[in-house]
Amino acid sequence: MRRSMLFLPGNTPNIIQNAEILGADAVILDLEDAVAPTEKDSARILVRNAMRYMGFGRCEVIVRINSIDTDFWRKDLDAIIPQRPSLIMPPKTATAEDVKTVDAYISELEEKLGMEKNAVGLIPLIETALGVENAFKIASASKRVKAIFLGGEDLTADLHCKRTKEGNEISYARARMVCAARAAGVEVYDTPFTDVNDDEGIYTDAEYAKSLGFTGKSAISPRHVKAINEVFSPSMKDIDYAYEVMEAIRIGKEQGKGAVALRGKMIDAPIVARAQQTIEMAVELGLGREA
Amino acid sequence: MNGKLVQSIREAIALSGLKSGMSISFHHHLRNGDYTLNRVMNEIAAMGIRELTLNASSIFDTHAPLEEHIRNHVVTKINTNYMSAALGHRISEGLMDAPVDFRTHGGRPRDIALGNTPIDVAFIAAPTADCAGNCSGKYGPSACGSLGYAFPDAMYAKKVIVITDNLVPYPMKGWSIPEIYVDYVVEVDAIGNPAGIVSGTTRITRDPVGLIMAETAVKVIQHSGLLQDGFSFQTGAGGASLAAASFLKDVMLRDGIRGSFASGGITGYLVDMLSAGCFESLMDVQCFDLKAVESIRTNPAHQEISAMQYASPAAASAVVDKLDVVILGATEVDTDFNVNVHTDSSGMIMGGSGGHSDTAAGAKLAMIIAPLFRARLPIVTDHVSCISTPGRDIDVLVTQRGVAVNPKNQELMLRLKDAGLPVIPIDELKTMAECITGKPNKPVRSGRTVANVIYRDGTLMDTIQSV
Repeated sequence: MRRSMLFLPGNTPNIIQNAEILGADAVILDLEDAVAPTEKDSARILVRNAMRYMGFGRCEVIVRINSIDTDFWRKDLDAIIPQRPSLIMPPKTATAEDVKTVDAYISELEEKLGMEKNAVGLIPLIETALGVENAFKIASASKRVKAIFLGGEDLTADLHCKRTKEGNEISYARARMVCAARAAGVEVYDTPFTDVNDDEGIYTDAEYAKSLGFTGKSAISPRHVKAINEVFSPSMKDIDYAYEVMEAIRIGKEQGKGAVALRGKMIDAPIVARAQQTIEMAVELGLGREA
Repeated sequence: MNGKLVQSIREAIALSGLKSGMSISFHHHLRNGDYTLNRVMNEIAAMGIRELTLNASSIFDTHAPLEEHIRNHVVTKINTNYMSAALGHRISEGLMDAPVDFRTHGGRPRDIALGNTPIDVAFIAAPTADCAGNCSGKYGPSACGSLGYAFPDAMYAKKVIVITDNLVPYPMKGWSIPEIYVDYVVEVDAIGNPAGIVSGTTRITRDPVGLIMAETAVKVIQHSGLLQDGFSFQTGAGGASLAAASFLKDVMLRDGIRGSFASGGITGYLVDMLSAGCFESLMDVQCFDLKAVESIRTNPAHQEISAMQYASPAAASAVVDKLDVVILGATEVDTDFNVNVHTDSSGMIMGGSGGHSDTAAGAKLAMIIAPLFRARLPIVTDHVSCISTPGRDIDVLVTQRGVAVNPKNQELMLRLKDAGLPVIPIDELKTMAECITGKPNKPVRSGRTVANVIYRDGTLMDTIQSV
């Protein structure tokens, strides 16, 4: 379950050591934009050691490496892959080839380290116009790609427009990303809401992202995590409905019915799939019950 | 009208009969904006008076020039309740021959009243006064609100000098300390810098770890069984403590709980709670921000109290003994729940008890809020560098990774466990911290005592060694 993903600068030990208590389902330990070029090595060592020696509890660890047009990304992977991160986030991913470049190097490292093949997943960060247009190709470029991630800030710079709270300027990119990810069968995550002082705006932005089909949303401030988790958690009404769907299916099967209806509506495969997802989340959140 | 009003601080000192070897006192309501202590000490030094005992309720960084007076033997002994790092570090390095005696905000007035620490001349910086010495902190350009800590000095010193930058016609209205105690009055251009006296606003922390601890602290209070009508509460002005007050206000308003009083150093957050109907009254020994000053000036339910009424164990009764819950900080906590607020983890003096031990002893529930580690230092340790408040007076430690309940309070332990709070034995919290930070070496001490930590009842709680 990844409702919320919290970016944490890779060179801030005070924050990283508290990563697991900040409420996010995943943390993105950042070696890229949050870290000045002069601090790249110390951040890399800190993140490596934090992963090696610290527990992150139930919090999934993702590492944002430097982009493949820098001298840093291979060193980042050299240090991080042995720590078996759940996902690597390569930034500024614009083409399927970009994914394959990272994929190949990770494969090399996995082999060298005797790790299971494809143990480490990828969540390419798409933050250019070209990347958005190539979103489906990126999402389906490798088995490692588990999700794609929209970066709104760099994208608006590339689009020559201003980033706004309303986000009209990235609405096409958002819709395109969701469509590409779903077509490729991977998850999709939304760009952070960057006004850390706007406690109301984060709800609006997260609700909008959810309505478009995003799986979850990232944050650059721990203050936004609670709102994101709330928005992307199933409501009790959703959970009740999901159990009703599964019960109706069970009864339908018992009775040998081909088609099952609930409250006058036919229950088809996508509805069942969504109900199953909702129940899985409910169970993870401790809201599950005996079916 | 009388001969009390004199022309200068020097004239007042001369008239008071201050001589070498005597004892002088100051209060700390002007905090880091105080000009008065330094100005008086400079005059005393220029007059050639030496070997004084300085009894100051607190010493802030603005009082760093005291170092020179100590080197020149103008001051040879210090009694105080709090000393920030500027002078504290020098003391830790062995600046003084005689150890500093640290007391508590309740222990100081106790020892003054009992004659254990007699004061020859008290200097009271007063934001407003008249020529007879009636004075108050509520009015004037240097307003600081309550003058609570100055009351024992006024009442028990042999001579009392009021120093003001806002002299008003006799009789001033709304005085706090009456003329009956005052011998001389001096008008000066400024007693302090308003910017350092009180902050414009005190803000709750934005630190996510602080907010998590504050949320947990409020859950502990909710499930302690104490949060009901008539509830009484004290908290400090630290970021997480203020956040806890803010969250507590929401819970009290939501559940319609009307408390009795909040006490201690008062911030705008407690004023907001009073205004919202969370409490009937504020019992104010010291104001921390402009909102508190404005409130004590205008709202009769916001009451000034003396240090004796606040916390003295020698008083017939005191506010701290009526507290339900107090939230306190710590630089270190050990596995016996002993708390250090005097030194940092290196053993350098950078604080003091203030009202810590007094409120912990008096309150039904004494809660420490502290992160499990600061930078790379674990805060929960085997043994604190200095015992400021004994573990027997502490009920619960709230950290960002769990809540440790003192085993002496089994009822609280059960209540919190039943409520599903993350109750963890304190040894486990210590291990958890050390897993992340490693176990730091203890600082090397010389064995020379630079300070005594005197508990509120006058007994020696601990000593601080030079570093």
